[in-house]
Amino acid sequence: MTTTSLAKQKLSVINTHVVNIDGIAKVTGRATYTFDVKLPGMLYGKILRSPHPHAKILKIDASKALALHGVKAVVTGKDTLGIKQGIWRRYQELCDEQILPVDKVRYIGEPVAAVAAVTEEIAEMALDLIEVDYEVLPAVYEPMDAMKKEAPTIHEGVERNINVTRHIEWGDVEKGFENADYIREDSFFCGGQAHMCMETRAAVSSFTPEGKMTIYHSNQSAYYLQALMAGVLGMREGDIRVIAQYVGGGFGGKFELDGAIFCSAILTMKLFRPVKICYTREEDFIATKRRTPMHYWVRTGVSKTGKFLAREARVVSNGGAYTGMGATALYLTGFFHSFPYKWGGYRYDGYRVYTNTLPSTSMRGFGAPQAMFCSEQQLEWIAADLGLDPIEMRRQNGHTPGYEVPGQAYIDSCGLDEAFDIMAKWIKDKGKLPENRGIGFSAAGFMSGGIFNWFDTPYSFSSAVITINEDGTVILHIGATEIGQGSNTTMAIIAAETLGCKVEDIKVHSGDTDHCPADLGAWGSRQTLMTGNAVMRACEDAKHQLLEFALAKMGLNIVYDLDIKDRWVHIVARPERGMPWEELVKIATRGKDGQRIIGRGYYTPHRKGMISPAYSYMLQGVEIEIDKETGKITLIDSLTAHDCGQPINHLGLIGQLEGAFSMAAGYGYLEYMPYEDGKLMNPNLVDYKMIRATEMPETPVAEIDTYEPEGPYGAKEAGEGLTNPTAAAIGNAIFHALGIQMKECPIRPHMIVNALKEKAEKDKTAKKGK
Amino acid sequence: MEKKAIVLNVNNQDYELYINPKTLLVEAIRDYIGLTGTKRGCETVSCGACTVMVNDMAVKSCSILAIQCQGMKIITSEGLEKNGQLAAIQNAFLHEGSYQCGFCTSGMLMATSALLKETKKPSKNEIKESIEGNICRCTGYNSIVRAVEGVANGKYKEGSL
Ligand code: FES
Ligand code: FES
Repeated sequence: MTTTSLAKQKLSVINTHVVNIDGIAKVTGRATYTFDVKLPGMLYGKILRSPHPHAKILKIDASKALALHGVKAVVTGKDTLGIKQGIWRRYQELCDEQILPVDKVRYIGEPVAAVAAVTEEIAEMALDLIEVDYEVLPAVYEPMDAMKKEAPTIHEGVERNINVTRHIEWGDVEKGFENADYIREDSFFCGGQAHMCMETRAAVSSFTPEGKMTIYHSNQSAYYLQALMAGVLGMREGDIRVIAQYVGGGFGGKFELDGAIFCSAILTMKLFRPVKICYTREEDFIATKRRTPMHYWVRTGVSKTGKFLAREARVVSNGGAYTGMGATALYLTGFFHSFPYKWGGYRYDGYRVYTNTLPSTSMRGFGAPQAMFCSEQQLEWIAADLGLDPIEMRRQNGHTPGYEVPGQAYIDSCGLDEAFDIMAKWIKDKGKLPENRGIGFSAAGFMSGGIFNWFDTPYSFSSAVITINEDGTVILHIGATEIGQGSNTTMAIIAAETLGCKVEDIKVHSGDTDHCPADLGAWGSRQTLMTGNAVMRACEDAKHQLLEFALAKMGLNIVYDLDIKDRWVHIVARPERGMPWEELVKIATRGKDGQRIIGRGYYTPHRKGMISPAYSYMLQGVEIEIDKETGKITLIDSLTAHDCGQPINHLGLIGQLEGAFSMAAGYGYLEYMPYEDGKLMNPNLVDYKMIRATEMPETPVAEIDTYEPEGPYGAKEAGEGLTNPTAAAIGNAIFHALGIQMKECPIRPHMIVNALKEKAEKDKTAKKGK
Repeated sequence: MEKKAIVLNVNNQDYELYINPKTLLVEAIRDYIGLTGTKRGCETVSCGACTVMVNDMAVKSCSILAIQCQGMKIITSEGLEKNGQLAAIQNAFLHEGSYQCGFCTSGMLMATSALLKETKKPSKNEIKESIEGNICRCTGYNSIVRAVEGVANGKYKEGSL
């Protein structure tokens, strides 16, 4: 049975109304997160953090803290193996972070010591009693400054603080610019953004005398955390069990080591008692990583009819103190900056620079929101400069099915063309807008999981094991991580569809490294396609075993094709002839000498280029109103035209798109991380503004029907990619409403007011000149 | 400070607690009574994850002392369901997909339940305002608004799923 033949049959579970399988637990308060875990004898940990952006640690004296009643231990970098770690495990030079540094701190908020005590209050009090002698070093905060010759060295041996560089190129860029009728150059800046997961970083670690460690941790990839912890603790992976049960959000921020998991583990290894560390909101802001701030310079050459002949882009990103996933973001921003268009020539050079600020990393969209903010606004301005229709200009250059991004990626399914139709109609139907209103849109695309294996996993990217009990109930084990995006439900749907049973027959176990096969986890929109394929294949394996018994039992001519749908095993050509699912499972179990039917499946992408097996496409339109006096933006309406291949989990899809919109809009005009001398000035939810319910417009979605051959049942990415276009769409709406060009994101009120003033000045001078 | 014995009525059950009078309601509920459905997401009374109902009003339980709530009826998300029968708002959340990670969900349920006690047919703006103090990083809020509208217009009833 092949994927395609299955997919072409009528679907009975996929894309129907399925209530999330974790839903009851979540709406009745039963779901327990790491934040809620309480183990017998558990101690509470707190972390002492550096007040300096750059300093040598000369001496740490914890004697007073240890003398405090209730304090059980204090650990520092000296209590660790001092291993420098990083998620780019294949590249030694990018493993640059000791979670408890031994000799030097590189940003304000970096862990310096950790305390375990019988209560959180005592642990907190103990922090004040730890004495640390620092030698304060000169610090540097901006990448442009950090690259200067005279800048302080943040990591020994790293010249000019340049952490990673990335180059991407195809086609003939020089010729493209030579042939161009019009060339435009712009510089932009895109700021950082906090993941702001509602559940802050939290871990409960428990080390026992047999030398085994169990860790509850709020994360996006239990397997990555298991492997990274084994590395820094000098343990075997198999001796560490990481459990990510219910996870209160991730958004790209929770698949690296953090202070909570590392410090709780070091403490429990000393004390042989469980230790829990939960970050406060302030700690979460100042000491977990953030979306990568990027300086963008873009030069684009087009013909007078709007053909995209050449583009050249340079990025300098503020890497902060360590590499993290920032190296991947630096690559992906360069790749997606070309999206979703065919360029005659394309060249990208990215530089990631260390500074003494909070490290930057991946965040939902993974470098693409920054890329689109710059690309899609510049394209809008080019269309205006040349008097071209912005939709038609984009459309003639858009990706199409079967296109190969030269040497990079192969595009199989692509619904971009239909998306342009939908957007054109929406804008036309809006008609003439009231004063101070504007409509803008932006295109984008995104990957369905990454192919690059910088983690150097020896395992398949995704694996699944399906077990069918004698009564027809089913247990699915996947290493994938459910972080609220609905992956457990999506996998249950794929399993029910493939096996032919119902979603309520299936229990899903995920995010537990002892019980689930390895899976790279939830990042880069990989689980629907990759874990989905593994689940589908595991179910096909099990189903094949079952159908052998059905064929024998029913005594059929072997040319007959059998299938199972809605718990009914039947002849495809004569659906009324068959037997119930439970009956077949009973027969098969007996026939296998009492063994339960077990199916196994795995997926690792092959021959799909360097980046991703498949790409989603989308256009985001927004209508906004601007108060010219104050510069305040109000979102009025929106439209999403979206191609994610075959939707699997309908309710989940809509929720993911609406959620992506809110996070992306927040990035566009609200979420701002100001630093002064390396210190974040708004590390709390009063001053860090984000979208609240009253700011959300309606968010209708037009789904575009495509089929992605590489995905399970034709599915591909959904939910992360839509973080990419919105900031640019808001910028474009401002451009159309007021004629000003916004080159910094988030677009804040004073920028609009200033730009309007400048424009008024310019208009005045122009008038005078006439 | 000297500890005190207090009685809190949570989900129609009396709990006798012996606590520091400075204990916040959210701490009493989570750490002393052990009901962890109520969450915490900030230290500045600005996320709403800790919202419960006190005498039918939505209250951020990190903004009030446990001791102040003696003699009042406190309802948490665990108290919405009755013998396995879900409240209408819970059914609505399930069918509208009004939660993702679920960390804000208890607070959202309690804020919207309080609204529906006060106003049978709230307008869209009233619904949005009732959860303005509650942050959801996952859903974008609109599905929560749809759920409340669904309860108000009778689409969702109490009962099993
Ligand atoms: S915990 Fe954030 S408002 Fe109470
Ligand atoms: S569902 Fe995750 S914060 Fe609301």
